[in-house]
Amino acid sequence: MADQVMTADVSTRASATFEPRIIGFLCYWCSYTGADMAGTARMKYPPNIDIVRLMCSGRIDPELVATAFAKGADGVLVCGCHIGDCHYMVGNHKTMVRIPLLQRVLREMGIEPQRFRLEWVSAAEGARFQKIVREMTEQVRQLGPLNWPGLMRSRGVGHGMDLKPWGEV
Amino acid sequence: MSTNGSEKKKVAMYWAASCGGCDISLLEIGPRILDLTAVADVVFWPVAVDFKYADVAAYPDEYIDYCFYNGGVRNSEQEEVARLLRKKSKTLVAYGTCACDGGIPALANLKSKQGIFEAAYLDNPSTVNPAKVLPQEITETPVGQLEIPKFYDQVLRLIDVVEVDYLIPGCPPQADRVWEAILALVGGVVPPRNKAVKVACTDKSVCDECKREKRKVKIKEFKRPHQVRPEPEWCLLEQGLICMGPATRSGCGALCTNADLPCRGCYGPSGTVEDQGTAMVSAIGSILDVTTEEQARAMLNQIADPTGTFYRFSLGSSYLKARK
Repeated sequence: MADQVMTADVSTRASATFEPRIIGFLCYWCSYTGADMAGTARMKYPPNIDIVRLMCSGRIDPELVATAFAKGADGVLVCGCHIGDCHYMVGNHKTMVRIPLLQRVLREMGIEPQRFRLEWVSAAEGARFQKIVREMTEQVRQLGPLNWPGLMRSRGVGHGMDLKPWGEV
Repeated sequence: MSTNGSEKKKVAMYWAASCGGCDISLLEIGPRILDLTAVADVVFWPVAVDFKYADVAAYPDEYIDYCFYNGGVRNSEQEEVARLLRKKSKTLVAYGTCACDGGIPALANLKSKQGIFEAAYLDNPSTVNPAKVLPQEITETPVGQLEIPKFYDQVLRLIDVVEVDYLIPGCPPQADRVWEAILALVGGVVPPRNKAVKVACTDKSVCDECKREKRKVKIKEFKRPHQVRPEPEWCLLEQGLICMGPATRSGCGALCTNADLPCRGCYGPSGTVEDQGTAMVSAIGSILDVTTEEQARAMLNQIADPTGTFYRFSLGSSYLKARK
């Protein structure tokens, strides 16, 4: 089923070897509605993005992004309302600090900037969302797989002990 | 202090990839060490008593009651000894932040093995090495083959290598809390072993122990400790100093903030966060006084080394753990 959807888009048919997996964290009010608009308007974009909807981009804990990469995502896209348009007034003011700061941190960890993008997408910008996803999928495809779990396994990380739950004496 | 059985307990301590402060910190319990030696014999402690690896290998399995392993696993020797001590110990304790979370040595995970060697042996102002000699695992000499331990690509936590019963975080762990943990271990008042439980600390953050007042103001500018004399009773983070308190496990008694210095994060991630660095990124996101992207960018540029600051002690236990 996934393969059928995959081949439906012309842009992803070319490279059959590597399909990037991109996790999208989208805010409910603008960006997810924008992505929804792309869908209802039948704008085609690659199915490589798995969208997680949150109420506000300010709710995107940087931990979620790091987890996505650590568990094998090839790219992460964060979308929120344009600055000034936030449904919660200042929710995306936190996003505009957290995500660029996290981008700096992850760049130092060797994650290319193209793999981790922050974009403002309004509810009316379905076409813009389509363009961003198409562009990002191609860029990440060019970069190749990130495969963080495999990299760490090859270096001997992960005895497999469950670290949770933390206790207290 | 009394033991459950009549026989004396056997205690061991090992120094792996760490600075040696952990060994000293055990002595910081002061005269109480005499109480400890009254009920326990040291059977292996390279820094203090003369036992060899061969002596440990000759012990029966689970001979050592409590083994404190400090430091991360940087090379194959440290991994080998970790496995040996695991086999010979009833209770293995990861002692100190390096063993628990990678600590300062794990900051080298931001560089490749080659980069570390170049910095240490080639491009170093105090190093003269015209022949560009680098450590080799095996060297052929006229008298035979010389072998040194393999240097790993990244620093591992003790828990990455063997099963660990308890973790005592801290750089170094504070003496009073260590003593409490020792009493608990010897008295048998401990959580179930083999669960890698952090002891001698609490699950809360350093802010919980810090007496400074939060005034709910947002930051306009970041400052570094040498640039400012902070107000004595006001939250250091709100004064623009990057204090790791919100993301850091407590247990130290907020020693640094009491001395007007921002928390460096040495107890590792607090009980409610798993990744200290991203938790700190999150915390900083909610306290800046910015309304435009330009302002945000300008303020973020004032943070000198975010990765090194936020992950100073816990890169080894972060989600990503090392550079690609």
